[in-house]
Amino acid sequence: MPEVTYRQALHDTLRDEMLRDENVFLMGEEIGVFEGSYKITAGLLQEFGAKRVRDAPIAEEGFVGAAIGAAMLGLRPVVEIMTINFILLAMDQIINHAAKIHYMFGGQSRVPMVIRTPGGGGQQLAATHSQNPEVWFAHTPGLKVVAPSTPADARGLLKASIRDDDPVLFLENLALYNTKGEVPEDRPDDVLPIGVADVKREGSDITIISYSRMAAVAMHVAEQLASEDGIKAEVIDLRSLRPLDRATIVDSVRKTNRAVVFEEDWRAYGIGAEVAATIQEHAFDHLDAPVRRIAAAEVPLPYAKNMELAALPTGQHLVDAVHATLDASGGVRGNGRSNGSKGQRSASRG
Amino acid sequence: MVTTTLSDRLADVGLADADARTLYRWLLLTRALDERIWRLNRQGQVPFAIPARGQEAAQVGSAYALRPGHDVALPYPRDLGVVLVLGMTPLEVLLSALARADDPSSAGRQLPMHWGHARLGIVSSSSPVGTQIPHAAGIALAARLRGADSVTCCFFGDGATSKSDFHEGVSFAAIHRLPIVFFCQNNGYATSVPLSLQMAIPNVADYASAYGIPGLVVDGNDVLAVYAATREAVHRARSGDGPTLLEAKTYRLLPHTSDDDDRRYRDPAEVATWEARDPLPRFRADLLAAGLLDEPSDAELLAEIHAEIDEALTQAEATATPMPDGEPSLART
Ligand SMILES: Cc1ncc(C[n+]2csc(CCOP(=O)(O)OP(=O)(O)O)c2C)c(N)n1
Repeated sequence: MPEVTYRQALHDTLRDEMLRDENVFLMGEEIGVFEGSYKITAGLLQEFGAKRVRDAPIAEEGFVGAAIGAAMLGLRPVVEIMTINFILLAMDQIINHAAKIHYMFGGQSRVPMVIRTPGGGGQQLAATHSQNPEVWFAHTPGLKVVAPSTPADARGLLKASIRDDDPVLFLENLALYNTKGEVPEDRPDDVLPIGVADVKREGSDITIISYSRMAAVAMHVAEQLASEDGIKAEVIDLRSLRPLDRATIVDSVRKTNRAVVFEEDWRAYGIGAEVAATIQEHAFDHLDAPVRRIAAAEVPLPYAKNMELAALPTGQHLVDAVHATLDASGGVRGNGRSNGSKGQRSASRG
Repeated sequence: MVTTTLSDRLADVGLADADARTLYRWLLLTRALDERIWRLNRQGQVPFAIPARGQEAAQVGSAYALRPGHDVALPYPRDLGVVLVLGMTPLEVLLSALARADDPSSAGRQLPMHWGHARLGIVSSSSPVGTQIPHAAGIALAARLRGADSVTCCFFGDGATSKSDFHEGVSFAAIHRLPIVFFCQNNGYATSVPLSLQMAIPNVADYASAYGIPGLVVDGNDVLAVYAATREAVHRARSGDGPTLLEAKTYRLLPHTSDDDDRRYRDPAEVATWEARDPLPRFRADLLAAGLLDEPSDAELLAEIHAEIDEALTQAEATATPMPDGEPSLART
């Protein structure tokens, strides 16, 4: 399998879907000549023409609304919102319209559209350029929300999203675009079902639940925990936030008896809150320790680098939370380690 | 052909020779500080820069028609010239760019060029384009309700006029005949998207008629023309005659931001055409011809400005970064 970047996987998938179905068209700011703020639509205007790659004015509410209309008549618009921060301008169209038309129109019309947009902080772009408000969409019946962390998942889920007959929010992340991974060659069956989480790494000591960029960080942390501390962490990449694959989460926690949720959004009412509630509802008797959540600090993300770093969740926070959870429940089973190394860890944290 | 001298033009708009020199100094300072910030970005010291180059006359000319600290300004990110004229110092601008604790806009929290300075009547803005326009209408409403004679001046680019914020804000202000000036710097592009893909009419000012207010196009690279038009609009607002929509036709001579490569979407020949209309050499030539400036004093002025910026930078660099410890919300539970 070839290794490609997340960016390339998105680009290639858009192209493949446009070749496959002439009803698919793209709309968004700067996606034509400029090829998108993050170059996902590179070359597509040249290949498909302005009819199918349409630059929109700075009117998010207007062009999202127009995409909804086009979708109602059977086209499959794929809208790019420059960053998720600007989706807020289109909230009414998304929540009151895209999400509800099928239901409130008695099932007589569907809205097969995709809105692609990156979230994420860490680029020193400050509060109105760095948010992770995916939970607002995941909260809303009538929408689907996917948030892949690898190029292969991005490909499979973008295909599924474009082919889905409901509106899908497809969440990307600024810091993932340059990350690489193996992606299967174009095959009819490389469509990933929406609503299925992926156990990205198996383990028996603790379950780490994450999605999007944080899932990629969680994979590094799990490796580090294994090599440095002999901790076998299971990593679940949710991939889909709505519908949420509760069964995979619950099955894993029933096995490991411990869970940490790792998310880049704000902690209060965040994705982790829903995951923790799910675990409490379906695996309470299996828990050896309270579910911990690592999320962003409750503050608009500041510009100054040191402040931004202080506000964002990091791999180190996750490492600490895993140790704390294990310590609270008798340490790692079977390898003789226990909570005795606590002092040493906090000393090395710096 | 009637040739008007600079002195005649100044007199026509109620300015003295000294004002012409002051305007020129603001133009030079804006350009030099803008260049410095751009260079700091290239050196990796400022992560993000939004250049003003090419639009200085539109900014300086309009802001010069306001009463600093009395009138309220809602600049947009490119408006370095506006905030300097209204009283922000190069030091304050650099404290913001370098994310220092003493940054008057936000103490290092907000992106650079998202100006805010309460004492100077400069209202904080955020990144979503055009969202300051309805705020401006509300600020003008508040001034009216409190019986103040302050005027609100709201700045934005041509791209912002695609937003419903623009249409709703202008309409609101027009309905209530609020004391406000809507000042659009039309530089022909919203990042890479040309005007023809933003709107189906040739002039932003043409929107005014739909809202029942005066709309005016002005040469945005002519600092005196901009001043004159803004002065009149400010006068109209202050006298209770309601809003005006001004459109300054101009051009940005650098990329959209430090992250942009404008060669992807702008013909170098087009950029060259506008380089030839650069507002700075143009006003300098007028001043030289009128004898209000000579080459040695011009060079001296520029040296003085560079020294002022050097000094401000040294001072800014010596100050502290903000402390996360001082922010209770950054303490994790
Ligand atoms: C609501 C929203 N959508 C998109 C953007 C991204 N964006 C930043 S500046 C800009 C172009 C603004 O153009 P214009 O208003 O003409 O001002 P100029 O930059 O040309 O001076 C865009 C699209 C944004 N900041 N806000």
